[in-house]
Amino acid sequence: MNEIDDDLLQRAHYWMRLTRALDDRGTFLHKQSKIVGGYFSQIGHEAISVAAALSLGPHDIIAPMHRDLGAYLVRGLTPRRILAQWLGRETGVTRGRDANLHGMGDLSLGIIGFISHLPASTGVIAGVAHAIKLKGEPRVAMCFFGDGSASQGLAHEAMNWASVFKLPMVIICENNQYAYSTPLRRQMAIEHIAQRAAGYGMPGVIVDGNDFVAVYRAAREAVERARAGGGPTFIECKTMRMRGHAIHDNMAYVPKELLAEWEARDPIARIEEVLRARGLLDDATLAALLARIEAELDEAQTFAEASPYPDPATLTDGVYA
Amino acid sequence: MTWDQGLHRTTTVLNGERGTRELTYLEAIRAALRFEMQRDARVLVMGEDIGVYGGAFKVTQGLIEEFGEDRVIDTPMTELAMLYAAIGMSFEGFRPVVEMQFADFISTGFDAIVQFAATNHFRWRQPVPITVRAPGGGGLRAGPFHSQSNEAWFVHTPGLKVVAPATPADAYGLLLSAIRDPNPVIYYETKYLYRSLKGLVPDGDAPVPIGQAVVRRSGEELSIIAYGAMVQEALSAATVLEQEGHSIEVIDLRTLKPLDEVAILATARKTGKVLIVHEANRTCGVGGEVAAIIAEQAFEYLDAPITRLAAPDTPVPYSPPLEDAYRPNAAKILAAARELLAY
Repeated sequence: MNEIDDDLLQRAHYWMRLTRALDDRGTFLHKQSKIVGGYFSQIGHEAISVAAALSLGPHDIIAPMHRDLGAYLVRGLTPRRILAQWLGRETGVTRGRDANLHGMGDLSLGIIGFISHLPASTGVIAGVAHAIKLKGEPRVAMCFFGDGSASQGLAHEAMNWASVFKLPMVIICENNQYAYSTPLRRQMAIEHIAQRAAGYGMPGVIVDGNDFVAVYRAAREAVERARAGGGPTFIECKTMRMRGHAIHDNMAYVPKELLAEWEARDPIARIEEVLRARGLLDDATLAALLARIEAELDEAQTFAEASPYPDPATLTDGVYA
Repeated sequence: MTWDQGLHRTTTVLNGERGTRELTYLEAIRAALRFEMQRDARVLVMGEDIGVYGGAFKVTQGLIEEFGEDRVIDTPMTELAMLYAAIGMSFEGFRPVVEMQFADFISTGFDAIVQFAATNHFRWRQPVPITVRAPGGGGLRAGPFHSQSNEAWFVHTPGLKVVAPATPADAYGLLLSAIRDPNPVIYYETKYLYRSLKGLVPDGDAPVPIGQAVVRRSGEELSIIAYGAMVQEALSAATVLEQEGHSIEVIDLRTLKPLDEVAILATARKTGKVLIVHEANRTCGVGGEVAAIIAEQAFEYLDAPITRLAAPDTPVPYSPPLEDAYRPNAAKILAAARELLAY
């Protein structure tokens, strides 16, 4: 059940590499002062966002957060639109209205754009899942949030709601150990966030968030359970935020040993080990893949930089539907 | 008397409304919900105690029997998740109507409305067609947390529409419009009028457009601009003044966001004296905005200072003499109007 075949592994590898490369591109563009405002790196989260998104079908809906670049890409949001968004251009997903990965919703791709009040996604996805259930469709709604959001009331209200109505919902909690500068021990007095799931009457699963295979299996099982009418599942993915909260944050508050420990568990290195062991990857194919990705991002960056800024005369457009 | 029996011993019957059936304000809201749910399978209602129990005020009584528990959803006590869920449902094509039980309780769902629902279309062009029913206002001796008029919170927020019907016909027609509007609409129904006001209501499809004020009474000497429960108080005061030989115009704003600037300016230019009345607290209330619109665009027509009559900046008190001192009414409107007329 839920076997990870070669094709899936190779696709996942491409998306994870693309995610990392696009993230690096974002950091680079920020250093060049081309990114408008701040920049939020998701390095370390590639396995979670790509695995969770790949566990879904084309008609399912996700509400990712700002460290889920991989999920946006897997769902079909192009690097062109993402880069144009970061550069504040008219061709960006929100036409210059919202920042970074914020607000990058596109229901034609099954993506809900989040707001900075992060656990908001849990509530919205509960509503999507509720609607799916009322319509009797075999679809699933998935949301993403972090350890900080887990302290917020809405996360609890939404999980309770999902269980009370037995909704087809999957909750991906990305425990990356720091909410801005606040460490986990200041966030909660229990060891695992997933312990809370029992209080809502849903399964609470804990996985290694840097292991694509582990996240994919857990997500896939939760998705199948939801699709079969089994209700919501809470999946806590343990990982580490490898950069600051945003690019301005040097995260001097994180012990160096902790970072070194997680550096050795890099999710991309992990999936590449599996690929090499299966004979699916060698130095030459990796170099070719990376070259292909760089070319793809060069083209996207050219498009984004050539795109106009939004016309100030359109400022009030779109406030109302 | 209990909430669901109503606290009023007297019921005013409105004259001059057009319609085919006489309904209370509360019955008009229920009739609008029923009509819209029959007309459009995407419409569903949800809230605390609204199904089996029929709602704290019995507004939704009978709906669960007619439409079933999938479309009349009794929820856990969680305004925040409820409002967020309504947003998610709207993304799937539904048109949820959420009851807040008391407008006061909207504060625990505030984020969903002002952060998510209000900004969504601006950010990624996805409409959020939800309606939030907020039973507001005082006069029922219900204390600080069951009597608030917090509409200004939402009037200040871009992306929302805010309506406040003052008659059964408008309660009916504005609710139809609110549900059909592609934007989030906060619908302030006034508890005080639930059973105390009765009037003719049209049958069937009779939406009242959002954004249009109405002249409730035409006059020449003084304009009273009001909304919600204060419209009837203003009309009572105007009747007394009429008997004293004055000609008073009463404007019912009906929609608080967007405000009907044309109607506001027209009455100010016509009479030159304006009294603005609302039940909400004075500071940064809707009345301040109405006054500013007039001051900016009709200053040269004015014969007296624009005057506001509103609740003082205190929480809504419980004890009768305190609440009576707090809440504007016909007698206070009469006093303020006389002062303006004499200016």
